[in-house]
Amino acid sequence: MQSDFYSVEEFSTRQGKGLQQALNYAYQNSPFYRRVFDENNLKPEQIKTPADYARVPFTTKNDLRQAYPYGMAAVPLEEILRIHASSGTTGKPIVAGYTRADLDCWAEGVARICEMAGVTSKDIAQVSFGYGLFTGGFGLHYGLERLGATVVPFSSGNTERQLSLMQDFQTSVLVSTPSFAIYMAEIARELGYNPRDFGLRIGLFGGEPCSDAMREDIESQWGLKATLNYGLTEVVGPGISGECLETAGMHILEDVYYPEIIDPQSGKSLADGEKGELVLTPMFKEAFPVLRYRTGDITRLIAEPCLCGRTTRRMDYITGRSDDMIIIKGVNVFPSQIEEVLAGFREVSPHYCLVLKKEKGFIKDLEVQIELTPEGFTDSFKELEALDNRIRQRLRSTLSLAPRVKLMEPKSLERTTGKAKRIFAVEE
Amino acid sequence: MIKQISVFLENKSGRLIRVAQVLGEAGINIRGLSIADTSDFGILRMIVDQPDKALTELKDKEVMATATEVIAMEVPDTPGGLAKILSYLEAEGINIEYLYSFIEKPTSNAIIMMRVERINDALEVLKKNNVPIVGEERIYTF
Repeated sequence: MQSDFYSVEEFSTRQGKGLQQALNYAYQNSPFYRRVFDENNLKPEQIKTPADYARVPFTTKNDLRQAYPYGMAAVPLEEILRIHASSGTTGKPIVAGYTRADLDCWAEGVARICEMAGVTSKDIAQVSFGYGLFTGGFGLHYGLERLGATVVPFSSGNTERQLSLMQDFQTSVLVSTPSFAIYMAEIARELGYNPRDFGLRIGLFGGEPCSDAMREDIESQWGLKATLNYGLTEVVGPGISGECLETAGMHILEDVYYPEIIDPQSGKSLADGEKGELVLTPMFKEAFPVLRYRTGDITRLIAEPCLCGRTTRRMDYITGRSDDMIIIKGVNVFPSQIEEVLAGFREVSPHYCLVLKKEKGFIKDLEVQIELTPEGFTDSFKELEALDNRIRQRLRSTLSLAPRVKLMEPKSLERTTGKAKRIFAVEE
Repeated sequence: MIKQISVFLENKSGRLIRVAQVLGEAGINIRGLSIADTSDFGILRMIVDQPDKALTELKDKEVMATATEVIAMEVPDTPGGLAKILSYLEAEGINIEYLYSFIEKPTSNAIIMMRVERINDALEVLKKNNVPIVGEERIYTF
């Protein structure tokens, strides 16, 4: 796709125009943004440069939730062809509407993502994302069709039948969540198949984070090339960024979605390469326009040219959610960073607790409580202390903060089947 | 050499009792013990009459335990008795990680349990200097 290879200047011209269009459009058509602009004494024509753009207030998940169901609409409902909604795990769902032009732009974007991942019109692609309010199924479906691939709209579930059709149809591309790909391989083995015999060529994975270990597992089990892609309903759905075959970060369709990275605490813009919260502006949305949407996802932008030759900036894999962030002595700490460090030590289990030691309401110290594994326990204080030290050093270089490390007995930390409570505050 | 059971203990109330209960219920007799601790955790070291069974029982009850080899030796129950023996090891550059005394029916000698860095070298040094080494049978079943 030509637009993946624009020069930096070309991108910045296009983004300048695109943002101007997005601002004018929102101001003129969206009662929600008209109010936001007026309340901030802002006019679209005052925004001329990227620095000016930072004056536009962020839009948050809460704004979209409060606008349920049609508060974000900028067109009469009759112009909306389709409605999607995010699963509302907390509160009301977030609704997204699409005009004909929106659906067209979305399909085009997803087609670009699929093409980057190596999919061609000769491929037979099985979509194992759910078809429904969730944007994954329909999003990939229309993008793959746009590219000219043969689409098998299986939707989710019924694993055995998925496998048998996969074999009969000679499916070459699998679209699913990474965990479903792993699960399917397990079932295939239980049924006596070798997943490698299915002949899958490419996997397009999204909808949840995928660790390196998961990716390796999928690739070695299925013998396919696993690529990741990213998107969210609030902005459009899948098809915002995706990996090329270099699999070194996800190329953002920058001529359609304007990316920024901000400090989740101060809201200040951060430079390329710096880790922070991803903020996205879809520049051409008609039905439910959104400006500077705070995704809550923590990543960084990679501006260095990719080996594939595409000039779009890439985003790194999501390393956490800004909602999980803790600030300790001015340092932003994400529990996921601690998980990564602990995963490197076989002497301790991945279960941990963070104890925030507070003094007069401020977090003074961080204590990381970790369970020893039987491999980690020795009779020697010297060795246990050395282990404690090694973990502390690694945490310090990852977090830029030296926490206290406390070794615990196995199974002494709380276990829950759902999301474990890992963070506790103690007033000292 | 004697098989000692070492247990990791969080500094939390009830941990020691639990270990003692597990062993008691399994009919295992504790013959000697020592506890060392830091502000965060402790290590309980025990000599029991059935070390292998003790290890299995503790692990079954999810107590973190491991077996370590230690030397049991007789030390004259007189001033300077221990110093003299330690000097043999010192002379050979063998480091002692820890030691503690073992409870036994009164005799003229004390029994000391000792963990050293080079256990085979240490045994040789002690034997060469005629330090009585106490065997497993006597320690476990006395």
